[in-house]
Amino acid sequence: MQLTDLTIHEMQQRMADGSLTSVELTEAFLQRIKDTDERLNAFITVCDEEALEAARQADAQRAASNVQPLTGIPVALKDIFITEGLRTTCASKILGDYCPPYDGTAVRKLKEQGAVIVGKLNMDEFAMGSSNENSGYGPVRNPWNLDCVPGGSSGGSAVAVAARQAVATLGTDTGGSIRMPASHCGVVGLKPSYGRVSRYGVIAYASSLDQVGPMTRDVRDCAIMLGAVAGYDPADSTSVDMPVPDYLENLEQGVAGKKIGLPKEYFIDGLDAEVKQAIDAAVETYRKLGAEIVEVSLPHTKYAVACYYVVATAEASSNLARYDGVRFGQRVDEGNGLIDMYMQTRSQGFGDEVKRRIMLGTYALSSGYYDAYYLKAQKVRSLIRQDFLDAFEQVDCILTPVAPTAAFKLGEKMADPLTMYLSDIFTISTNLAGICGLSLPCGRTEQGLPIGVQLLGKPFGEAELLQTAYAYEQATDWHTQGPEL
Amino acid sequence: MKITRGEVENVARLARLALADEELDRLTGEMDAILGYVEQLNELDTDDIIPMAHAVPLENAFRADEVRPSLGTDKALTNAPDPDDGCFGVPKVIE
Repeated sequence: MQLTDLTIHEMQQRMADGSLTSVELTEAFLQRIKDTDERLNAFITVCDEEALEAARQADAQRAASNVQPLTGIPVALKDIFITEGLRTTCASKILGDYCPPYDGTAVRKLKEQGAVIVGKLNMDEFAMGSSNENSGYGPVRNPWNLDCVPGGSSGGSAVAVAARQAVATLGTDTGGSIRMPASHCGVVGLKPSYGRVSRYGVIAYASSLDQVGPMTRDVRDCAIMLGAVAGYDPADSTSVDMPVPDYLENLEQGVAGKKIGLPKEYFIDGLDAEVKQAIDAAVETYRKLGAEIVEVSLPHTKYAVACYYVVATAEASSNLARYDGVRFGQRVDEGNGLIDMYMQTRSQGFGDEVKRRIMLGTYALSSGYYDAYYLKAQKVRSLIRQDFLDAFEQVDCILTPVAPTAAFKLGEKMADPLTMYLSDIFTISTNLAGICGLSLPCGRTEQGLPIGVQLLGKPFGEAELLQTAYAYEQATDWHTQGPEL
Repeated sequence: MKITRGEVENVARLARLALADEELDRLTGEMDAILGYVEQLNELDTDDIIPMAHAVPLENAFRADEVRPSLGTDKALTNAPDPDDGCFGVPKVIE
């Protein structure tokens, strides 16, 4: 077994009994990145020296018996997280070599708990995409099949975990951007409830939908990472002031007697036969573990993608107004005045998908169209949230596929934006409703590509969601499998 | 048609994007298709539904008005394309 195959909880044990140091671990991961990333392109920035220095400090702290939950654990961050003194690009050329003057809250918490940051991960530009092909730094490739996409937008975060380049990563999820790449790469990905993790220092895409979450190789590591970053933050007024439970405490509780709902609207014609088979098998596993399976209905499911592409693009058009070449990032000034400087900077700095979403959002918010698009979508959003609240009156958890198909080929959906948008059909409602959701490996296609099952939980029901996921994981071995590279 | 090329040009101006002719052509078709898809929201009667701006119902978040350390001018200007005497330099606005 390689050091890079260890999970966080296994690393903690070995470092505690003195058989492993953080420097050894960090060197192993940095070497692994060198050996694999030319093929995968998961990293935008690797910080060898800073990581080794942090590892040395972690080992010194451990020697002084000052041990935090993540002391010496090598992790990596989606390049949407602001990191003090470390280039942050959001995979966009418009940010140039932007070097943030402060750490965001999630990053600060990871550092305070001793984590070693090995680098910043590739993604779809400004988190807009479902395939990680929209990056200003080139597409990321799926480690299970280099011709396939890893899913997006947190593609680099999923690939780094699957390919053993980091034991855990942080991603963000606005419409499925953690869960979908987790599913396509065979790792665990959690989108916490809206407000569970601070968004301070996370570059904004759609502020009412964005949420930070962990991507890991197993559920226990996911619980450890969530515990490390969750909690109220005065710097993010939309974070919720609720106590953070110990997510490990009842992790092994099991699912006997729990009610799991299958929403009939998610088992539709477009669902790939192999995916359907894997999901059916996961349902059967839960039945054997003592859960009661019931059918539920989420009647407004078919409207979620349309609703999302109004709400998210409207918020994006407003959030991305700040990239104007004045205070940071690239500036293109051809000497034709201020407005022209804005227009040249933005046109040359943003990629096609970002422009498309800014245009859609600007249109939806523009005079005369606001009521027809934005207000209408906000009302439909209420209906979608109510669907879930009603369903959670009957069941403890909802089980669905993560995506209609396994990972598709690079280039396959790039020509048609609407087809690409529809690949998020099973994940988007979660963000609109603000509930929590998790993607868990549950099978492989005949061609060897991972398939994920999605578990959805009540608002702030992460502890129960993790218990449900853990029970399945203990009964199966998908999480122990990795790609050959 | 949900949207015309002229409207797309106007939206680009509002969004401060200078788009080439072929980009405007392509976007007109793409936006038309996406807005056509969005049209299905009108199948739903939402007259009595309260719009939802946020997943968590929030009142204003107030805090005490206290003096606290802030970033400071030098740090705030470290990424400025044209720092100028403690300010962000921009092209001349008024002749």
